[in-house]
Amino acid sequence: MNKFRVNVNDKTNPLCNPNSRSHSLLFNQVQGSKMLGVIRNKSIRHTLSNFRQFSSSAKQMTVRDALNSALDEEMSADPKVFLMGEEVGEYQGAYKISKGLLEKYGPERVRDTPITEAGFTGIGVGAAYYGLKPVVEFMTFNFSMQAIDHIINSAAKSNYMSAGQISVPIVFRGPNGAAAGVGAQHSHCYAAWYGSCPGLKVLAPYSSEDARGLLKAAIRDPDPVVFLENELLYGESFPVSAEVLDSSFCLPIGKAKIEREGKDVTITAFSKMVGFALKAAEILEKEGISAEVINLRSIRPLDRSTINTSVRKTNRLVTVEEGFPQHGVGAEICTSVIEESFGYLDAPVERIAGADVPMPYAANLERLAVPQVEDIVRAAKRACHRSVPLAAAA
Amino acid sequence: MSFTATKFSHSLLAVPVNSSSPRSNDKPLSFSSDLFKHNPSSSFLGSTQKLLRFNAINKPFLHRRSSSPSAVLLQQTSNLLITKEEGLVLYEDMVLGRSFEDKCAEMYYRGKMFGFVHLYNGQEAVSTGFIKYLRQEDCIVSTYRDHVHALSKGVPSRAVMSELFGKATGCCRGQGGSMHMFSKEHNVLGGFAFIGEGIPVATGAAFSMKYKREVLNQADSDNVTLAFFGDGTCNNGQFFECLNMAALWKLPIVFVVENNLWAIGMSHIRATSDPQIWKKGPAFGMPGVHVDGMDVLKVREVAKEAIDRARRGEGPTLVECETYRFRGHSLADPDELRNPAEKEHYAGRDPITALKKYLFENKLATEQELKTIDKKIDEILEDAVEFAEKSPQPPRSQLLENVFADPKGFGIGPDGRYRCEDPKFTEGTAHV
Repeated sequence: MNKFRVNVNDKTNPLCNPNSRSHSLLFNQVQGSKMLGVIRNKSIRHTLSNFRQFSSSAKQMTVRDALNSALDEEMSADPKVFLMGEEVGEYQGAYKISKGLLEKYGPERVRDTPITEAGFTGIGVGAAYYGLKPVVEFMTFNFSMQAIDHIINSAAKSNYMSAGQISVPIVFRGPNGAAAGVGAQHSHCYAAWYGSCPGLKVLAPYSSEDARGLLKAAIRDPDPVVFLENELLYGESFPVSAEVLDSSFCLPIGKAKIEREGKDVTITAFSKMVGFALKAAEILEKEGISAEVINLRSIRPLDRSTINTSVRKTNRLVTVEEGFPQHGVGAEICTSVIEESFGYLDAPVERIAGADVPMPYAANLERLAVPQVEDIVRAAKRACHRSVPLAAAA
Repeated sequence: MSFTATKFSHSLLAVPVNSSSPRSNDKPLSFSSDLFKHNPSSSFLGSTQKLLRFNAINKPFLHRRSSSPSAVLLQQTSNLLITKEEGLVLYEDMVLGRSFEDKCAEMYYRGKMFGFVHLYNGQEAVSTGFIKYLRQEDCIVSTYRDHVHALSKGVPSRAVMSELFGKATGCCRGQGGSMHMFSKEHNVLGGFAFIGEGIPVATGAAFSMKYKREVLNQADSDNVTLAFFGDGTCNNGQFFECLNMAALWKLPIVFVVENNLWAIGMSHIRATSDPQIWKKGPAFGMPGVHVDGMDVLKVREVAKEAIDRARRGEGPTLVECETYRFRGHSLADPDELRNPAEKEHYAGRDPITALKKYLFENKLATEQELKTIDKKIDEILEDAVEFAEKSPQPPRSQLLENVFADPKGFGIGPDGRYRCEDPKFTEGTAHV
């Protein structure tokens, strides 16, 4: 199956940035532009398809393909792994993540369920109790609220309540957080909710490498894992090395990645916000501020050691997240840094989160309710004591 | 609610609840004695008649049993339902359950047990009737009223008692408690505090069993799961979701409703639009059976049918057992809302007394043999209490254990290595 696609029209992709030094393309097909709100796979074959340019290691892969290939490989390696959720089978996945899996593995292993989150999540947990390895897909994590009793009470707590007798090797995955124009009930970010519960491992991948490595690690893990993807990232392409494409590739759970090294300010982010943070770092570079961007990858357990080491180096912290500010992931990171590295801080910790309101629908309001690149830049400058207006302009 | 003790044929439908204006029955129903024709000898096969009837609806081909009522009466004298050994096993199990629960109450009032304790007195026939027919590899899933289910399945009394005392020798090392009895060895998949929570988990275990047979090609995987839950749960969405999926995918599960008419202080009649729970089975395409849950032999007959059906791969069954709890919902429940006449009526239908009577009448056991069993159970319980008292409380280091099967889930420490690799990890306070 040809998985190599690149979107040359996507100006937000750092690879298409002419200033980027890691610009290497290998493409056979060219994917069409992405629409706001819904990512569609339009294949537009250009006449350039016979033009190939090789680099030493970088191929392009979308997050969607990364997830699909990870699921495919894990399902073929272990017959106990099965996928269950709404529209995962005949519809090829609500966001086409499970495309082709039904044909390959059959309806017993790729189960379309009725619209019964509480029921099928519980069934997944019960199947995990008795020795199988389910991957339960939520169409969005908002729907997981109907099943949250099973995620927390029957899955997360069981190993503890049974004193190690019953482990629950289950993965709950699906898109999390804001998409574009989907309204309040479809835009909630659950990283902080699940991240506060002992017994769960919570992962939030950003790039294709993250998606592949973390999903494989999650499926192989003997504990319940909540895997928070992002709908808007599904269509984005990232370079992947040959090591990533290997079927035994796996990333460790609980280790953050330093996406970009710097020495003036530490910016932590996860999921889509990593992309924004990287762009902000580019802008800050031009103004003479060298920002270190940390891709958390794992919300629970949080890689406090990497974050603190970084803050001890740069002495300033900006945390970025898309979810609500109160009791958010950023709150936990800030407190962790204050507890462990207080003496190293040269400025108050800056916390950027989504607006403390249910997500509005209007496009301009939605843009205001979610952190943007300018917000990150402003916060970093504040942390570096540059003078900058505090509030965003409407 | 119709309380037919014996005949499960159309008379059930001839006593419709709605006609007796349930809305005005905010106090428990008063009932006349002629509704309760308690006739042990001719009625045991009556419940199978009921199951037969619903099997006939669901399957076009004839059931292998005779369907004429006259055949029932002919068989009663020469073909007893149980042998002596089976009878004694059933008796012992029920007495163990009853004595254990009484012991729990005693220990609770002495301060040795704490928190929520929900006792099973009066419902032993359901647990014994169903679970004693299972194999070790079959699974059960229960609610918070799970002590006796665990005991019937084979978890030693010592382990259950220690767990209730919160000691390290308990079946879950003191980490679960009264409401969360787990045993991997005996396939007790919990003990769940939220009602309705266990039903999808049981359905999932049944799903695994079928998956193992069909996808992983383990031909000997014909285990069955039983899900026990109460009348209040039957109004919960998860119950219906699982009835649907179990019937849709023909899972090897039996849904056992322990209808004791009360959900804490909420009467089943006040809470349910149609109180006849067994009817909800056929709505989803599975047989629904009502059985007298105070009679262990009837329960056992229905259990045999339902469990064998599931084992053969014919799908799920919904069994409604009409039963009663002699004590309150929990030991903290003052139990003021139930009519004393109702309680007295059911006390008169005590399952242990009924089985004793059956054993004597059919000359299956002597008084002496039963007394020996009683004494044996007393000794087992004394020993269990003593064991539990002498057991140590869990050590401090146990606090952080078993959160994850893979303990790397505690993350990476300041020195860059996994925290769980640090030998000092479980010492000190819970600061992680």
